[in-house]
Amino acid sequence: MRVAENLNRALHGLLGDDPSVYVLGEDILDPYGGAFKITKGLSERFPGRVLATPLSEGAIAGAAAGLALAGEKAVVEIMFGDFAALAFDQIVNFAAKSVTMYGRRVPMPLVVRCPSGGHRGYGPTHSQTLQKHFLGVPGLSLFEVTPFHDNRGVLDRMLALGEPCLLFEDKVLYTRPMYGEGAVDELFTWRLVDDVAVVELAGGGDPDYTLIVPGGLAHRAVSAMRTLLLEHDLAGALLVPSRLHPFDPAGVPGLVPLLARTGLVCVAEDGTAGGTWGEHVAAGLHTRLWGTLRRPVALVSSAASVIPTAVHLEREVLVQDTTIRSAVLEGLHG
Amino acid sequence: MNGLADEDLALLLLIRCFERKLLALFEQGELNGTTHTCLGQEYVPVSLRPLLRDSDWIFSNHRGHGHYLARFDDPEGLLAEIMGRKGAVCDGVGGSQHLRRGRYLSTGVQGQSMPVAAGVALHLSRHEPGALACAYIGDGTWGEGAVYEALNLAALWRLPLLVVVEHNGIAQSTPTPAQMAGTVAGRAAAFGVRHHAIDALDVTAVRREVAPLIETVRTDPGPLVLEFRTHRLGPHSKGDDVRPPGVRPVDWYAAYRAAHPAQSARVEAAARDRVERVAAEVAARPPAVWGGA
Ligand SMILES: Cc1ncc(C[n+]2csc(CCOP(=O)(O)OP(=O)(O)O)c2C)c(N)n1
Ligand SMILES: [Mg+2]
Repeated sequence: MRVAENLNRALHGLLGDDPSVYVLGEDILDPYGGAFKITKGLSERFPGRVLATPLSEGAIAGAAAGLALAGEKAVVEIMFGDFAALAFDQIVNFAAKSVTMYGRRVPMPLVVRCPSGGHRGYGPTHSQTLQKHFLGVPGLSLFEVTPFHDNRGVLDRMLALGEPCLLFEDKVLYTRPMYGEGAVDELFTWRLVDDVAVVELAGGGDPDYTLIVPGGLAHRAVSAMRTLLLEHDLAGALLVPSRLHPFDPAGVPGLVPLLARTGLVCVAEDGTAGGTWGEHVAAGLHTRLWGTLRRPVALVSSAASVIPTAVHLEREVLVQDTTIRSAVLEGLHG
Repeated sequence: MNGLADEDLALLLLIRCFERKLLALFEQGELNGTTHTCLGQEYVPVSLRPLLRDSDWIFSNHRGHGHYLARFDDPEGLLAEIMGRKGAVCDGVGGSQHLRRGRYLSTGVQGQSMPVAAGVALHLSRHEPGALACAYIGDGTWGEGAVYEALNLAALWRLPLLVVVEHNGIAQSTPTPAQMAGTVAGRAAAFGVRHHAIDALDVTAVRREVAPLIETVRTDPGPLVLEFRTHRLGPHSKGDDVRPPGVRPVDWYAAYRAAHPAQSARVEAAARDRVERVAAEVAARPPAVWGGA
């Protein structure tokens, strides 16, 4: 099953099971079913609770927060994650703050879905991954869709938190299959440790390096791991968390032995360097595992540039499997 | 001016005395941060008080002490919130402009509450027909895009949203003609939204005028903009009034006192005493403890 279908089914299941859930967004009604078809079939089955909105990202997020305030639950689709910038005030200054700024906890079950990332030629304003702009806001959690985590579970978890959550969804990932139980391919297996998908070499020993990436980079990471194994004889492990923030891999007991035994930790992410998720994760690892890490954590971001439209220019800027491979080789040998 | 029941006048003057006391406490260095008093505008929430129901939601703004006191008659809790003392409505975390109690909520970002109120109104329209969401905003707040996004949504979805505009002719230091092209009425008309302007300062007259309009929001849902042409007597916050001192804004109370001197003197003395007692009692309380959230 493709990731898009898994997400679509998750929304169907959620709306079916919980009559307090609303879905709001632009162009999400059938037969169109949303710009990326993630909401397909929802409005036909749940006409009163799946609402197409005007082009008003701020009001959509605000109205969703109002629903949550009044005891409902809301899932918002921002057509392109880039436009979450137009909902920044409602998300950061209202929804997230309201959880705590009135002295007593105000539950705010609200999910803002953000189709993100490039590699599709949509150009500078339709290809970004905006995680870093929402990091470290009290009362705001960041999640990302991965090919490992069933999205129904992810949605249930976010709504149960009772605080607003952003769900980043890589647009290329939509088209890729979910990984079946246990196997990534003929070389690698995966298992869950806490909410972190851990990909390892089947029957392998200590990894030469460990990658940590959000779900949108999972396939690029696995591709880099295959090449590193087959062409460079380097065995890698990969960690893909469902919740990006807060996230503290060194605080997960089941991950510490792995991180301690690895030759290099490399954190890769989409988006430009500077105040990023990856830097935050690296700072946590340096602090917690100082004296245990063999090398400084290596970081991979996209180039310090807007994301161009033309395919050859876009490729230069965005993180590719080859970018990750080079960073690992450089980190280990460079 | 029409004579008022003691109860209404007492509430009006409670708000007035409360606000005066806040400015005095600021001058004495007893208060921290900032505050925005509603001196001159007290009659707006007091007029609306019997026309709103417990099941209605109220979204207030930075100039919200009158809105709160008209809803809850709780000067102790409000002052404790502003002074950061035990018994504060929001444990001292929110302060003057971030209050929440039941279905009452205020925020300090202009225009932000409008989409939220629309969302709440959506919930009410489905589950509690007849109830409405009321959002207080100022004239300057019509500069915010959120207001229009929310009005559009509320009109499209026929949401029971009552927008109470306290048009006091100024936003902080900027007179309305310098910040608003056109009019509130014209803007409401552009969305096909009902609009009504109120010039009266007399609580009885205001109630008579707006009661049937508010009723239509309940029976024939859709947004309604009630624009009160009102007057800010005091500074924007404290000591920051840059208007020429010669021009005195209209004060409803001056007119009322002239028409009803004996009642005014009696009720004002009682309100002042009450506020003094509350202030002394709250000031003696220990600091608020934030239970965490
Ligand atoms: C988004 C935003 N911008 C600016 C401010 C600062 N500010 C607080 S009140 C105010 C003026 C508001 O004017 P108006 O809406 O007319 O309300 P009034 O103060 O007259 O009651 C300003 C600029 C703010 N709180 N929020
Ligand atoms: Mg004003």
